[in-house]
Amino acid sequence: MKRTYADLHLCPNLKNPKQTENMIKKSRKLGYHLIAIPLPLSSVEEEVEWLRRMCKEAKIDFVSRVDLKPKTSRELLKDLRGLRRKVEIIAVTCESKQVARQAAKDHRVDILSFPTELRKRFFDRAEAELASKTTVSLEIDVKPLITLKGKPRIRLLSALRRETAIAKSFQVPVILSSGATEESLMRKPRELAALASLFGMDKSSAVEATSSNPMSIVKRNRSKLSSNFVAPGIRIVRRGKDC
Amino acid sequence: MLKKVRRRYLALKIECDGTLNSREFINAVWNAVLTLYGEYGASKTNLNLIDYNSEEKLAVIRVAHATVEMIRAALASITRIGDKSVAIHVLTVSGTIKALHRKMKHLNH
Repeated sequence: MKRTYADLHLCPNLKNPKQTENMIKKSRKLGYHLIAIPLPLSSVEEEVEWLRRMCKEAKIDFVSRVDLKPKTSRELLKDLRGLRRKVEIIAVTCESKQVARQAAKDHRVDILSFPTELRKRFFDRAEAELASKTTVSLEIDVKPLITLKGKPRIRLLSALRRETAIAKSFQVPVILSSGATEESLMRKPRELAALASLFGMDKSSAVEATSSNPMSIVKRNRSKLSSNFVAPGIRIVRRGKDC
Repeated sequence: MLKKVRRRYLALKIECDGTLNSREFINAVWNAVLTLYGEYGASKTNLNLIDYNSEEKLAVIRVAHATVEMIRAALASITRIGDKSVAIHVLTVSGTIKALHRKMKHLNH
Protein backbone atom coordinates (compact mmCIF):
# COMPACT_ATOMS: atom_id res chain seq x y z
CA MET A 1 0.00 0.00 0.00
CA LYS A 2 1.27 3.46 -0.87
CA ARG A 3 2.46 5.45 2.11
CA THR A 4 0.68 8.74 2.85
CA TYR A 5 2.59 11.66 4.27
CA ALA A 6 1.48 14.46 6.56
CA ASP A 7 2.94 17.78 7.59
CA LEU A 8 1.17 18.76 10.79
CA HIS A 9 2.93 22.09 11.21
CA LEU A 10 2.79 24.30 8.16
CA CYS A 11 2.90 27.93 9.28
CA PRO A 12 1.99 30.33 6.46
CA ASN A 13 1.05 33.89 7.29
CA LEU A 14 -2.75 33.62 7.26
CA LYS A 15 -3.01 37.36 6.64
CA ASN A 16 -1.33 36.76 3.29
CA PRO A 17 -3.79 34.57 1.31
CA LYS A 18 -1.51 34.37 -1.74
CA GLN A 19 1.38 32.94 0.26
CA THR A 20 -0.98 30.56 2.08
CA GLU A 21 -2.38 29.31 -1.22
CA ASN A 22 1.10 28.83 -2.71
CA MET A 23 2.30 26.91 0.33
CA ILE A 24 -0.74 24.63 0.27
CA LYS A 25 -0.23 23.92 -3.44
CA LYS A 26 3.46 23.32 -2.88
CA SER A 27 2.74 20.82 -0.07
CA ARG A 28 0.76 18.74 -2.53
CA LYS A 29 3.55 19.02 -5.10
CA LEU A 30 6.13 17.89 -2.54
CA GLY A 31 4.13 14.73 -1.89
CA TYR A 32 2.05 15.46 1.21
CA HIS A 33 -1.49 14.16 1.43
CA LEU A 34 -2.48 15.98 4.58
CA ILE A 35 -1.47 19.26 6.20
CA ALA A 36 -2.31 21.04 9.42
CA ILE A 37 -2.08 24.80 9.76
CA PRO A 38 -2.13 26.38 13.23
CA LEU A 39 -5.11 28.68 13.58
CA PRO A 40 -5.36 31.82 15.70
CA LEU A 41 -7.34 31.18 18.89
CA SER A 42 -9.56 34.20 18.30
CA SER A 43 -10.93 33.14 14.91
CA VAL A 44 -10.75 29.36 14.63
CA GLU A 45 -14.09 28.79 12.88
CA GLU A 46 -13.74 31.60 10.28
CA GLU A 47 -10.25 30.56 9.22
CA VAL A 48 -11.12 26.85 8.99
CA GLU A 49 -13.69 27.32 6.24
CA TRP A 50 -11.54 29.15 3.72
CA LEU A 51 -8.50 27.00 4.43
CA ARG A 52 -10.57 23.85 3.96
CA ARG A 53 -11.89 25.22 0.66
CA MET A 54 -8.38 26.14 -0.51
CA CYS A 55 -7.04 22.69 0.41
CA LYS A 56 -9.90 21.00 -1.39
CA GLU A 57 -8.98 22.91 -4.55
CA ALA A 58 -5.37 21.81 -4.15
CA LYS A 59 -6.55 18.20 -3.56
CA ILE A 60 -4.98 17.93 -0.14
CA ASP A 61 -6.56 17.00 3.16
CA PHE A 62 -6.74 19.80 5.73
CA VAL A 63 -6.63 19.38 9.50
CA SER A 64 -7.44 22.18 11.91
CA ARG A 65 -4.89 22.75 14.63
CA VAL A 66 -4.29 25.21 17.43
CA ASP A 67 -1.01 25.86 19.16
CA LEU A 68 -1.50 26.67 22.82
CA LYS A 69 1.18 28.60 24.67
CA PRO A 70 -0.15 28.74 28.23
CA LYS A 71 1.86 30.33 30.99
CA THR A 72 0.38 28.16 33.74
CA SER A 73 -1.24 24.72 33.90
CA ARG A 74 -4.51 26.35 34.99
CA GLU A 75 -4.52 28.41 31.79
CA LEU A 76 -3.84 25.24 29.79
CA LEU A 77 -6.80 23.44 31.34
CA LYS A 78 -9.07 26.40 30.61
CA ASP A 79 -7.97 26.51 26.96
CA LEU A 80 -8.40 22.75 26.56
CA ARG A 81 -11.93 22.89 27.92
CA GLY A 82 -12.90 25.53 25.39
CA LEU A 83 -11.17 24.16 22.31
CA ARG A 84 -11.10 20.38 22.41
CA ARG A 85 -14.38 19.91 20.58
CA LYS A 86 -13.65 22.64 18.02
CA VAL A 87 -10.34 21.58 16.47
CA GLU A 88 -8.84 18.32 15.30
CA ILE A 89 -5.36 18.76 16.74
CA ILE A 90 -4.23 20.52 19.89
CA ALA A 91 -0.53 21.19 20.27
CA VAL A 92 0.99 22.67 23.39
CA THR A 93 4.20 24.65 23.25
CA CYS A 94 5.67 24.06 26.68
CA GLU A 95 7.50 27.08 27.98
CA SER A 96 7.60 25.97 31.61
CA LYS A 97 8.08 22.64 33.32
CA GLN A 98 4.72 22.94 35.10
CA VAL A 99 2.89 23.30 31.75
CA ALA A 100 4.95 20.53 30.16
CA ARG A 101 4.02 18.06 32.91
CA GLN A 102 0.34 18.98 32.80
CA ALA A 103 0.25 18.72 28.99
CA ALA A 104 1.99 15.33 29.02
CA LYS A 105 -0.57 13.77 31.33
CA ASP A 106 -3.68 15.27 29.74
CA HIS A 107 -5.54 13.03 27.27
CA ARG A 108 -6.89 16.06 25.42
CA VAL A 109 -3.45 17.15 24.28
CA ASP A 110 -2.21 15.59 21.02
CA ILE A 111 1.20 17.13 20.52
CA LEU A 112 3.96 18.42 22.77
CA SER A 113 6.37 20.87 21.26
CA PHE A 114 9.25 22.73 22.81
CA PRO A 115 10.94 26.03 21.96
CA THR A 116 14.38 25.98 20.35
CA GLU A 117 16.00 27.53 23.43
CA LEU A 118 17.72 24.71 25.28
CA ARG A 119 16.73 25.83 28.78
CA LYS A 120 13.07 25.53 27.75
CA ARG A 121 13.30 21.95 26.50
CA PHE A 122 11.68 19.95 29.27
CA PHE A 123 11.36 16.58 27.54
CA ASP A 124 13.15 14.38 30.04
CA ARG A 125 12.48 10.87 31.39
CA ALA A 126 9.75 12.05 33.80
CA GLU A 127 7.98 13.89 30.97
CA ALA A 128 8.27 10.86 28.68
CA GLU A 129 6.89 8.56 31.37
CA LEU A 130 3.79 10.76 31.73
CA ALA A 131 3.43 11.03 27.96
CA SER A 132 3.70 7.26 27.50
CA LYS A 133 0.54 6.78 29.60
CA THR A 134 -1.50 9.06 27.33
CA THR A 135 -1.66 9.51 23.56
CA VAL A 136 0.59 12.57 23.41
CA SER A 137 3.28 12.74 20.71
CA LEU A 138 6.51 14.70 20.63
CA GLU A 139 6.78 17.08 17.71
CA ILE A 140 10.09 18.02 16.14
CA ASP A 141 10.16 20.95 13.74
CA VAL A 142 12.80 20.81 11.04
CA LYS A 143 12.85 24.56 10.39
CA PRO A 144 15.39 25.47 13.13
CA LEU A 145 17.62 22.64 11.94
CA ILE A 146 17.95 24.16 8.50
CA THR A 147 17.97 27.81 9.49
CA LEU A 148 20.38 27.68 12.44
CA LYS A 149 24.10 27.43 11.76
CA GLY A 150 27.14 26.62 13.85
CA LYS A 151 26.99 26.26 17.63
CA PRO A 152 23.23 26.79 18.08
CA ARG A 153 22.54 23.97 15.59
CA ILE A 154 25.09 21.70 17.27
CA ARG A 155 23.39 22.26 20.64
CA LEU A 156 19.94 21.71 19.16
CA LEU A 157 21.04 18.47 17.47
CA SER A 158 22.48 17.24 20.73
CA ALA A 159 19.22 18.02 22.60
CA LEU A 160 17.14 16.35 19.89
CA ARG A 161 19.35 13.25 19.98
CA ARG A 162 18.73 12.94 23.72
CA GLU A 163 14.98 13.60 23.42
CA THR A 164 14.37 11.12 20.59
CA ALA A 165 16.31 8.45 22.49
CA ILE A 166 14.13 9.06 25.58
CA ALA A 167 10.97 9.06 23.44
CA LYS A 168 12.00 5.76 21.87
CA SER A 169 12.70 4.09 25.21
CA PHE A 170 9.30 5.17 26.60
CA GLN A 171 7.51 4.47 23.29
CA VAL A 172 6.33 8.04 22.88
CA PRO A 173 5.50 8.62 19.19
CA VAL A 174 7.60 11.26 17.45
CA ILE A 175 6.26 13.51 14.69
CA LEU A 176 8.46 15.28 12.18
CA SER A 177 7.00 18.52 10.84
CA SER A 178 8.41 21.22 8.63
CA GLY A 179 7.41 24.25 10.72
CA ALA A 180 7.86 26.17 7.46
CA THR A 181 6.89 29.83 7.50
CA GLU A 182 7.78 30.40 3.85
CA GLU A 183 7.93 28.36 0.66
CA SER A 184 11.71 28.06 0.53
CA LEU A 185 11.73 26.29 3.91
CA MET A 186 9.39 23.52 2.81
CA ARG A 187 10.94 20.10 2.30
CA LYS A 188 9.79 16.73 0.95
CA PRO A 189 8.83 14.04 3.50
CA ARG A 190 11.88 11.95 2.60
CA GLU A 191 14.07 15.00 3.12
CA LEU A 192 12.60 15.53 6.60
CA ALA A 193 13.34 11.88 7.33
CA ALA A 194 16.92 12.29 6.08
CA LEU A 195 17.39 15.31 8.35
CA ALA A 196 16.17 13.21 11.28
CA SER A 197 19.17 10.94 10.77
CA LEU A 198 21.27 13.86 12.04
CA PHE A 199 19.88 13.32 15.53
CA GLY A 200 20.04 9.57 15.47
CA MET A 201 16.62 8.49 14.25
CA ASP A 202 16.80 5.41 12.07
CA LYS A 203 15.30 5.58 8.60
CA SER A 204 12.17 3.51 9.28
CA SER A 205 11.16 5.42 12.43
CA ALA A 206 11.89 8.73 10.70
CA VAL A 207 9.61 7.79 7.80
CA GLU A 208 6.94 6.70 10.29
CA ALA A 209 7.31 10.08 12.01
CA THR A 210 6.26 11.78 8.77
CA SER A 211 3.52 9.34 7.82
CA SER A 212 1.86 6.80 10.13
CA ASN A 213 2.40 8.66 13.43
CA PRO A 214 0.72 11.93 12.36
CA MET A 215 -1.92 10.03 10.40
CA SER A 216 -2.90 8.00 13.46
CA ILE A 217 -3.45 11.21 15.51
CA VAL A 218 -5.73 12.62 12.83
CA LYS A 219 -7.64 9.36 12.42
CA ARG A 220 -8.18 9.01 16.18
CA ASN A 221 -9.33 12.60 16.63
CA ARG A 222 -11.63 12.57 13.63
CA SER A 223 -13.40 9.52 14.97
CA LYS A 224 -13.71 11.20 18.39
CA LEU A 225 -15.12 14.38 16.85
CA SER A 226 -17.62 12.54 14.65
CA SER A 227 -21.26 12.63 15.71
CA ASN A 228 -21.24 8.83 16.11
CA PHE A 229 -18.69 8.89 18.92
CA VAL A 230 -20.12 8.27 22.38
CA ALA A 231 -17.16 7.30 24.56
CA PRO A 232 -13.86 5.47 24.01
CA GLY A 233 -14.84 2.06 22.64
CA ILE A 234 -18.49 3.02 22.13
CA ARG A 235 -19.85 4.51 18.91
CA ILE A 236 -23.19 4.60 17.18
CA VAL A 237 -23.23 2.16 14.26
CA ARG A 238 -26.84 2.65 13.19
CA ARG A 239 -29.67 5.10 13.87
CA GLY A 240 -33.39 4.57 13.38
CA LYS A 241 -36.55 3.25 14.96
CA ASP A 242 -35.56 -0.40 14.61
CA CYS A 243 -32.43 0.01 16.74
CA MET B 1 38.78 -9.12 -3.76
CA LEU B 2 38.06 -5.43 -4.23
CA LYS B 3 34.38 -4.66 -3.77
CA LYS B 4 32.56 -3.13 -6.73
CA VAL B 5 31.84 0.56 -6.15
CA ARG B 6 28.09 1.13 -6.01
CA ARG B 7 26.91 4.55 -7.05
CA ARG B 8 23.68 6.43 -7.16
CA TYR B 9 22.64 9.24 -9.48
CA LEU B 10 20.39 11.93 -8.03
CA ALA B 11 18.26 14.24 -10.15
CA LEU B 12 17.80 17.55 -8.37
CA LYS B 13 15.44 20.45 -8.79
CA ILE B 14 16.82 23.80 -7.70
CA GLU B 15 14.30 26.40 -6.56
CA CYS B 16 15.80 29.85 -6.36
CA ASP B 17 14.98 33.48 -7.10
CA GLY B 18 17.64 34.14 -9.75
CA THR B 19 20.01 31.87 -11.64
CA LEU B 20 23.02 29.99 -10.32
CA ASN B 21 26.02 28.72 -12.21
CA SER B 22 27.24 25.15 -11.81
CA ARG B 23 30.25 26.18 -9.69
CA GLU B 24 28.11 28.10 -7.19
CA PHE B 25 25.75 25.14 -6.98
CA ILE B 26 28.30 22.39 -6.41
CA ASN B 27 30.28 24.55 -3.96
CA ALA B 28 27.10 25.04 -1.93
CA VAL B 29 26.49 21.27 -1.89
CA TRP B 30 30.08 20.59 -0.81
CA ASN B 31 29.83 23.24 1.91
CA ALA B 32 26.60 21.72 3.22
CA VAL B 33 28.16 18.23 3.32
CA LEU B 34 31.29 19.56 5.02
CA THR B 35 29.28 21.53 7.58
CA LEU B 36 27.10 18.59 8.55
CA TYR B 37 29.53 15.65 8.28
CA GLY B 38 33.04 17.14 8.27
CA GLU B 39 35.92 16.23 5.97
CA TYR B 40 35.85 12.56 6.99
CA GLY B 41 32.15 12.22 6.14
CA ALA B 42 32.52 14.22 2.93
CA SER B 43 35.32 11.93 1.80
CA LYS B 44 32.94 8.97 1.84
CA THR B 45 30.37 10.59 -0.44
CA ASN B 46 32.35 10.58 -3.75
CA LEU B 47 30.23 13.56 -4.73
CA ASN B 48 30.42 14.60 -8.40
CA LEU B 49 28.41 16.95 -10.54
CA ILE B 50 27.36 15.11 -13.71
CA ASP B 51 25.01 17.52 -15.40
CA TYR B 52 23.72 21.00 -14.71
CA ASN B 53 21.02 22.90 -16.55
CA SER B 54 20.77 26.46 -15.28
CA GLU B 55 17.75 27.30 -17.48
CA GLU B 56 15.58 24.43 -16.29
CA LYS B 57 17.22 24.55 -12.84
CA LEU B 58 17.95 20.84 -12.90
CA ALA B 59 21.12 19.06 -11.85
CA VAL B 60 22.38 15.50 -11.76
CA ILE B 61 24.93 14.47 -9.17
CA ARG B 62 26.65 11.13 -8.53
CA VAL B 63 27.28 9.90 -5.00
CA ALA B 64 28.31 6.71 -3.24
CA HIS B 65 25.39 4.34 -2.69
CA ALA B 66 25.85 4.27 1.10
CA THR B 67 25.74 8.05 1.45
CA VAL B 68 22.48 8.88 -0.37
CA GLU B 69 20.68 9.75 2.89
CA MET B 70 23.62 11.92 4.01
CA ILE B 71 23.46 13.83 0.74
CA ARG B 72 19.69 14.13 1.00
CA ALA B 73 20.07 15.71 4.47
CA ALA B 74 22.86 18.01 3.29
CA LEU B 75 20.79 19.16 0.30
CA ALA B 76 17.79 19.77 2.55
CA SER B 77 19.91 21.95 4.83
CA ILE B 78 20.76 24.41 2.03
CA THR B 79 18.65 27.56 2.37
CA ARG B 80 20.87 30.20 0.75
CA ILE B 81 23.53 30.37 -1.93
CA GLY B 82 25.22 33.76 -1.89
CA ASP B 83 22.44 36.26 -1.43
CA LYS B 84 19.78 34.08 -3.05
CA SER B 85 17.18 32.09 -1.18
CA VAL B 86 17.44 28.47 -2.38
CA ALA B 87 15.74 25.11 -1.83
CA ILE B 88 17.01 21.91 -3.45
CA HIS B 89 14.72 18.90 -3.82
CA VAL B 90 15.64 15.38 -4.88
CA LEU B 91 13.41 14.42 -7.81
CA THR B 92 14.55 10.84 -8.19
CA VAL B 93 17.41 8.47 -7.43
CA SER B 94 18.76 5.80 -9.72
CA GLY B 95 21.65 3.38 -10.18
CA THR B 96 22.40 4.35 -13.78
CA ILE B 97 22.13 7.59 -15.75
CA LYS B 98 20.00 5.81 -18.35
CA ALA B 99 17.43 4.76 -15.74
CA LEU B 100 17.56 8.22 -14.17
CA HIS B 101 16.62 9.88 -17.46
CA ARG B 102 13.84 7.33 -17.96
CA LYS B 103 12.45 8.07 -14.49
CA MET B 104 12.69 11.82 -15.08
CA LYS B 105 10.72 11.49 -18.32
CA HIS B 106 8.13 9.58 -16.34
CA LEU B 107 7.95 12.41 -13.78
CA ASN B 108 7.35 14.98 -16.51
CA HIS B 109 4.37 13.05 -17.89
